Amino acid sequence: MNMETAVAPRPDHAFESTVYHVRAGGSGSVLEIKDLSLFYGPAQALYTVNMTVEKGLVTALIGPSGCGKSTLLRCINRMNDLVDAVKITGQITLNGEDIYARAADVIALRKRMGMVFQKPNPFPMSIFENVVYPLRVDGVRDKTVLEETCERALKGSALWNEVKDRLDQSALGMSGGQQQRLCIARAIAADPEVLLMDEPCSALDPIATAKIEDLINELAGQYTVVIVTHNMQQAARVSDNTAFMYLGRLIEYGDTEVMFQTPKCGRTQDYVTGRFG
Amino acid sequence: MMSAITQTIATPTEAVPMSRTTIRRTDLRARGEPALWSLGGALALGVIMIIGFLVLVFANGIVTFIPKPLAVVTETDGTVTAGEPFRSELYKPSPEIIASLSPEWRERVKAENGYVSRTLYRTGNFDIYGEDFRWVPAFQAAKIEHPKNLSFFERMEWGPFVGTVKSFKVGGAEQAFTSLSDPKFIQVHDESRARAEEIRAIERGKIGHINHELETERLDLRKVELEHGRNSAEYKAAQDRLTARAAELQVDYDKFSAEVQKLREMNAGNTLTLAEVGGREKTIEFSALVRAYAANDLSLLQTLGVYFSRWGEFLADEPREANTEGGVFPAIFGTFAMTLLMVIVVAPFGIITALYLREYAKQGKLVSFVRISVNNLAGVPSIVYGVFGLGFFAYVLGGSIDALFYPERLPNPTFGTGGLMWASLTLALLTVPVVIVATEEALAAVPRSMREGSLACGASKWQTIRYIVLPRAMPGILTGVILAMARGAGEVAPLMLVGVVKLAPELPVDGLFPFVHLERSFMHLGFHIFDVGFQSRNAEAGKPMVFVTTVLLIALVTFVNATAIIVRNRLKKKFAGSQF
Repeated sequence: MNMETAVAPRPDHAFESTVYHVRAGGSGSVLEIKDLSLFYGPAQALYTVNMTVEKGLVTALIGPSGCGKSTLLRCINRMNDLVDAVKITGQITLNGEDIYARAADVIALRKRMGMVFQKPNPFPMSIFENVVYPLRVDGVRDKTVLEETCERALKGSALWNEVKDRLDQSALGMSGGQQQRLCIARAIAADPEVLLMDEPCSALDPIATAKIEDLINELAGQYTVVIVTHNMQQAARVSDNTAFMYLGRLIEYGDTEVMFQTPKCGRTQDYVTGRFG
Repeated sequence: MMSAITQTIATPTEAVPMSRTTIRRTDLRARGEPALWSLGGALALGVIMIIGFLVLVFANGIVTFIPKPLAVVTETDGTVTAGEPFRSELYKPSPEIIASLSPEWRERVKAENGYVSRTLYRTGNFDIYGEDFRWVPAFQAAKIEHPKNLSFFERMEWGPFVGTVKSFKVGGAEQAFTSLSDPKFIQVHDESRARAEEIRAIERGKIGHINHELETERLDLRKVELEHGRNSAEYKAAQDRLTARAAELQVDYDKFSAEVQKLREMNAGNTLTLAEVGGREKTIEFSALVRAYAANDLSLLQTLGVYFSRWGEFLADEPREANTEGGVFPAIFGTFAMTLLMVIVVAPFGIITALYLREYAKQGKLVSFVRISVNNLAGVPSIVYGVFGLGFFAYVLGGSIDALFYPERLPNPTFGTGGLMWASLTLALLTVPVVIVATEEALAAVPRSMREGSLACGASKWQTIRYIVLPRAMPGILTGVILAMARGAGEVAPLMLVGVVKLAPELPVDGLFPFVHLERSFMHLGFHIFDVGFQSRNAEAGKPMVFVTTVLLIALVTFVNATAIIVRNRLKKKFAGSQF
């Protein structure tokens, strides 16, 4: 991809450059983000972000509201394409493949990633149909394949035992926590290379949140997870690496333990200790 | 609050405002009470008007078919009038008339400020009297009686007859008449009616088929003529074919018409002679008698029998007597067929338009302009659509279709004139803004999270719309379709230009190829109301039919809407429990 010249940061936003101390997963990186900047019309939301996501690890994105963490996540599966007047410069590669390349097929790309949203968003169909939806839109008709996938995904999201007897019932009759786990099942049904989670617990009660967190821990290793969260304890509990963002910039990115105990940057320290944010 | 009170008690000299301790009531206006009253009042007014309208229509419509008693009025000048008392009113007689009255009546008229009541009698017997109704002023009615043997006869022609049966003949032989419920009388009547039905069936069905086939053959010949010319060998061959076929058909025709002739002769022998109160007689065939009843001598069961038999006739039969009598079946069928056809056209058309406008078109000035135009279309007077439908659909489109596909029928138009298809298309055009607006709103109401969820699963935009957005928006879309349907079924003005006629006994669907005849003109309940009430020779007789037909139209629209609403609610239930 031809890299468009990155717009120079405005002087009043001049920050020290990002500090890295990333814990390696051992199997290389899945995502590489290079000089990523994003503009909503005239307003810049991301400033030359550079980071890699380690394969098999859970990477958390934290930061105060409006810092661009969700925007960054949505750049990864090109959800920002839906927004009018958005302009993106820089590069993101998924296993070496440039996802913003001119020839990139957005639909095929999204099939390689799963995404879980803030609010559970099950479709108005049966539980079974919800889970196999990614396969259906991919044209899979084979009933045994669909059923196996459904069982595997629901087991993967720890929902199988609760719903195995009512797969043909509407997904809208489930509780909020179950719905969110259903959305996770849907996201992992097509065996994604990356699982993107955008504050998956923000609409849930503490018990449901705990279940989702357990689930993320189980999924780690099997899947590469990128999770945006507001909740710093959650980031500390579930993630291997944490990226701290502030005003559209990546401030510090590294091992979660280091981030929360001995952060290298003053701003990170202020944020994780609750002095602002 | 407590501390304020304690303080006041503790230090009475301190100036604590009293208003702190008293509870101030919120101002009425601040609470919005007057607004609430006016809102409630407006709603109540609307509900009262609707209920009043429905009560008026239903009360008038439901009693229409109840058989009414007959009165015989002997007037002061010796004239005898017999008939159904139809309605009474006060009127002001001219001074000459008042001057000619007896002193007693003159006093009464004077006491009423010159007004006196008069009653309208439905006398029937149009063929004898030359009128159906007669006003009798109160001062002229010397004697009013209700004789038991006086009967009401509904006939196929000339309207009702009020009088008595003088005698009746079966097969030309005189029979003794006892009463209308005499089994022999009923049997003869039923047989004659059945034969009349049979005649009609033969004429409509078998002879109709022959005529249709002959017409088709003639059109084929004309087609050959147009293609090859009059002197060609093909034309000669086709002409010979037509002559041969016509001869064959003539044989069939003769056979059927002989059958009809036989039935007619059998019916001609079964006659009854009726006499009106003045003694003048009239002989009619039994087959021309729809029903007869002794109006003043009916048991409750007989009354109900007449009542429901009239409803049955109304719903299932064709109109007679310039639409003021008989049934409205063709109109029910026409209304239903047109509404259905309109929905079939308007629903996909409107939904597709709205889908493109909302989901695919780039939101900008052009789309805003289109949207405003669509909204404005909803405000165009419906007659304008009628003119457009006639000018564009019937004359331009229909004319082209005729020129291309039916040149042999010209100059008689096939599609080049008003018809069921053009009427449906015109109404579809009229109601499409409703569907577009409702669909757009329903699409906009589908949560963004759901679209994103689907897209994130790797669905294309079309798949997202097809599997997620459309099902989710379907209840809202159906609401729009229901509204469109309600508007379309009740519309009359444009239809008068594009295919609705006063009388069209041939339904748009029948047994003749191609079975569905979209080019045919049709009857419509809304137009029927207008026609019966305001266009018929006998407006007075048509008035009750206006109410009955209105009841029926309301019932039909309610039925169609209720069906659609049930379907929509089923769909809604499917999406119930959603958290969004």
